[in-house]
Amino acid sequence: MAVAVAEGAMPAARKRRGSRTSGQYPSWFFVPAAVIFAVLFLLPTFASLFFSLTRWSLQQATFIGLDNFVQFFREPFLFQGLVNTLIYGVVTSAAKVVLGMMLALLLTSDIFGRSYLRAVVFFPVLVSTVGVGITFTAMMHPTQGLINESLAAIGIKGPGWLTDPRFALYSVALVDVWKGVGLATVIYIAGIVSIPLEYFEAARIDGATAWQRFWTVTLPLVQPATATVIILSFIGGLRSFDLIWAMTKGGPGFTSDVIASVIYKQYQAGFYGLSTAGNVVLFILVALLIVPLSMFLNRREVER
Amino acid sequence: MLKRKATRVALAILLSTVAGSALAQDKVKLTFLFDNGEATVKAAEALAAAFEAKNPNIDIETESRPGGGDGDNIVKTRLATGEMTDVFLYNSGSLFQAINPVQNLVDVTDAPFQANVIDSFKSVVTGTDGKVYGVPILTAMGGGILYNKKIYAELGLTVPKSWAEFMANNEKIKAAGKTAVIQTFGDTWTSQLFVLGDFYNVQAAVPTFAADYTAGTAKYASTPAAMKGFERQEEVFKAGYLNEDFAAATFADGVTKIATGEGAHYPMLTFAVGNIKELAPENINDVGFFAIPGDDAASNGLTTWMPAGLYIAKTTQHPEEAKAFLAFVASTEGCDVQTAAIGATGPYLIKDCTLPTDVPPVVSDMLPYFQEGGNSAPALEFLSPIKGPALEQITVEVGSGIRSAADGAALYDEDVKKQAQQLGLPGW
Repeated sequence: MAVAVAEGAMPAARKRRGSRTSGQYPSWFFVPAAVIFAVLFLLPTFASLFFSLTRWSLQQATFIGLDNFVQFFREPFLFQGLVNTLIYGVVTSAAKVVLGMMLALLLTSDIFGRSYLRAVVFFPVLVSTVGVGITFTAMMHPTQGLINESLAAIGIKGPGWLTDPRFALYSVALVDVWKGVGLATVIYIAGIVSIPLEYFEAARIDGATAWQRFWTVTLPLVQPATATVIILSFIGGLRSFDLIWAMTKGGPGFTSDVIASVIYKQYQAGFYGLSTAGNVVLFILVALLIVPLSMFLNRREVER
Repeated sequence: MLKRKATRVALAILLSTVAGSALAQDKVKLTFLFDNGEATVKAAEALAAAFEAKNPNIDIETESRPGGGDGDNIVKTRLATGEMTDVFLYNSGSLFQAINPVQNLVDVTDAPFQANVIDSFKSVVTGTDGKVYGVPILTAMGGGILYNKKIYAELGLTVPKSWAEFMANNEKIKAAGKTAVIQTFGDTWTSQLFVLGDFYNVQAAVPTFAADYTAGTAKYASTPAAMKGFERQEEVFKAGYLNEDFAAATFADGVTKIATGEGAHYPMLTFAVGNIKELAPENINDVGFFAIPGDDAASNGLTTWMPAGLYIAKTTQHPEEAKAFLAFVASTEGCDVQTAAIGATGPYLIKDCTLPTDVPPVVSDMLPYFQEGGNSAPALEFLSPIKGPALEQITVEVGSGIRSAADGAALYDEDVKKQAQQLGLPGW
């Protein structure tokens, strides 16, 4: 049934697209891509919509209407998970914007060993997330971890970074920022070096201070870079799973659960229909947050 | 030129004879999956090796998987996608029910080796169709409290029979500047013992609890006897008896701590004795065991766990060889191989299997509960098909003071309901 809808919808869409780029390529040219798209993307999307309405054991599915969605929203830790997801997304993307900008300013200045330092900032992006998670989990161990042992050496009793429910989520967010800030920095570096030097010279001749040059020249002119960084890191934060799972598994208890880890736990427990429903909810949530945000950021760009 | 041709011909002949001899042997390869607990791995690999020695035409390829929730996930997914090994080890009882045995496993009800299996085990590997799907592997266990005998001797304590005595002991241990109770929430599954191991006491107070719970009429939150497990976990935390790193410590840490006297009590299943043997072998005689005490010293008894089962996946290409392996495991010879590999960890559920006389204290403390006239009752997961998957997170929260006992019990009731619906039980 779902598949029929998909096929019905496709020709119309193709016709519209086709008229815009008519004559560029013969239609057989699109067949491989269309097949791949239909089999690997369209079909699973509609299949998941269907299975989210069933109680599913991977071998048999019983249709239960919207019960999974009702159940998913009744998950006692889901609300906490929603709040945590938003906190995580906002904290990580804000920190990446601010730190990325600061690092980019540093790394576009006439600093010694600039290319090498740029590479160093980017290195954490290349390392496996799970590896990073395991390493930091060991470092953040409340009694034997490197961080708390160092703090103890100077007489400070460090908190249980990952075991205290007040800090667990933020500790993971901190690691996420460390790992991801390199990408934001690179985007900002590209933005900053593309600003024509004349603007800075003109501002300097007009007697602008360093702060004024930053606020009135650099910041407005890297607006496209800021939009990219915010959207990329916010989407990344909302659907973040690997780092949280590697570090806390949503714990202690449910205190650092985000939507993605709540969904995974349902899957792990064998509630396949329920976890599929959770993914549909996550998809809708990300779309609802990102589409307006992206429109807002891009509109400001056009106005300038 | 001619010489090179000759070598090529010789090579071809050589290759064909090698291939021919390999075909002639015709070895059957069986695959075998088990969890990566140290004791399980040792016992399973010893069983496979001993079986191969007896059956030179069968080759067993072993593979280990994580335990806990990750392991459940792997087993369920591999069964559902037809990727399961020929034989595999997995829990009996309610977790066994959750892997859809009727659809996924080979029926071994009428296999001759079932005659060796003690009847009480058969009921926990029986599917909804009344057929038996496995044989026991490893030994039965008790769920209670491991205690450090050196600390007990040093402080002049006696094994508690009631909860009040247990808490009094804890107070004295704390006053002596030692850790009274070890918890290891770094491995979340270890947090469930206060609740699950209290079931003997629940059943003593409410004999119909298991049946009513399965029918959906009895709830943890509304049954005071069942609430006790959650309350006691909360009580132990609030009294400040736990080790400093309880939130991050792992099962292996806990085993080492109880053996070396870094803590006095560790709520755990007795299979941990196999891990003590691995991690702190010189301290194995310093650890004893008692059942989780209830309100009344007179009705003290042990909650017991059935061994895991050994099952054959329906997708196997070699059912006869797989059955031969099950027959080997379910024989006195199989028991002896396991005992030789990991020592005696508890009673086997195979007829005529014996334990050596010099068992570690954990085992000798546990055995009287199992014997005639001893007080023991199976854990709830062997009497009811429903076990909520989120219990370990809930007990971590209750045991770390994040959530109250009452709240935790109510949350668990919700979790149980979800599992019952997924299993398609009537009345939910």
